[in-house]
Amino acid sequence: MTERRVTLPLTEDLARSLHAGDRVLLTGTIYTSRDAGHKRMCETLAKGEPLPFDPADATIYYVGPTPAKPGQVIGSAGPTTSGRMDAYAPTLMKVGARGMIGKGERLPEVVEAMKKYGGVYFGAIGGAGALLAKCIKKCELIAYEDLGAEALRKLYVEDMPLVVIIDSVGTNLYKEGRAAYLENRKK
Amino acid sequence: MREIKASQITEVIERLCIEANEHLPEDVKEALRTCRDCEDGEIARGVLSDIIENYEIADRECVPVCQDTGMACVFLEIGQDVHITGGDLSEAVDEGVRRGYDKGYLRKSVVKDPVRRGNTGDNTPAMLYTEIVPGEQIRVTVGPKGFGSENMSAIRMFKPSAGLQGIKDFILETVETAGPNPCPPMVVGVGIGGTFDKAALLAKKALMRPLSSSNEVPFYADLEREMLEKINKLGIGPQGFGGRTTAIGLNIETLPTHIAGMPCAINISCHVTRHKTEVI
Repeated sequence: MTERRVTLPLTEDLARSLHAGDRVLLTGTIYTSRDAGHKRMCETLAKGEPLPFDPADATIYYVGPTPAKPGQVIGSAGPTTSGRMDAYAPTLMKVGARGMIGKGERLPEVVEAMKKYGGVYFGAIGGAGALLAKCIKKCELIAYEDLGAEALRKLYVEDMPLVVIIDSVGTNLYKEGRAAYLENRKK
Repeated sequence: MREIKASQITEVIERLCIEANEHLPEDVKEALRTCRDCEDGEIARGVLSDIIENYEIADRECVPVCQDTGMACVFLEIGQDVHITGGDLSEAVDEGVRRGYDKGYLRKSVVKDPVRRGNTGDNTPAMLYTEIVPGEQIRVTVGPKGFGSENMSAIRMFKPSAGLQGIKDFILETVETAGPNPCPPMVVGVGIGGTFDKAALLAKKALMRPLSSSNEVPFYADLEREMLEKINKLGIGPQGFGGRTTAIGLNIETLPTHIAGMPCAINISCHVTRHKTEVI
């Protein structure tokens, strides 16, 4: 297991150099979206219209933050369960989005799309919203304001602590990490 | 007969919504620290250390521990000698939630229709349970419940012949299926008996009981210990990355049930298992 600093954008070469179990400190611009935002983005693409941001080599953080208190950049901002975005993730990867930040299992079709397009699925610690907010240095609302916590936001993050859960060849830390622990315990 | 103003209930609910979301109960914190010290793996220890740092930041800066500030589950144990005056009780509770989620900068996560969606904009309505008890006080508990874990909960109507083994298998199967999704380490609330609806309520109430406590019936206290140990042998670990700590607590609540049945509900919660109580 290695720890490395990764600076965005997430090019295909960079994405394919990351491996499940790698600890990453991520720096750069990412976009927030969750259930309703994903639905709307995919409807936009289906109509042949452009997304509110350039999806090429983009990283999307599955998060619905709490409102910022006065003086805060953003409120608490930990990941939501990624599986609910599985229906939409392959469509977004098809137009160039490459990085996903969330928590929890993904469906095989998402993993297949990751292999095909060179995608990476990062895990942030679920429930650590106060801690993760510290890495978010800028926050700008860019679209879907009517969705409240689910609106699209552009964030600038510095040294955001993540773990690669599924890499671009489909290796999955949830399976490997658990198997390694159980194997170790037998010894 | 003691009179309690509805507005007083609103004020208490408002305060509890904010405090429950910013400050984890001491027993949950204690369990997380104990579990971190038991982990050998680098990733598992690292995750638990970050989780501990997270609640420390929330305590210090008075910010929500988790961005999913939940649906407000409100339990009122109302003394039968209390007379609530000056307003409608349900509306007083919702007003407390509305104010708490606004003033506390908490996330509004409630949609007005389960199928057609549409955010209510103020996190109401509360999920309100009232119980009439002896006395002239009102005991108010607010337990904000996040849905990453709520979605991994399950209920099953067993035949009595399934017996204890059926329940044990169901608990393990539910935790296994939940896997990394509910932000492990989890807290597991189990409700056995009653009717379909009561079993689910028991499971929710089990989550409100301190992790340091045991069921008062030795048979179920033993079952709590046994199942927690078995869950922690699954290897799912903190965040599902592998490790010893899959759950930091398991509480069981029971009720008598029908000769033909054995309902069992399992309410899954996360390491941000929040609840706060005040007596009026």
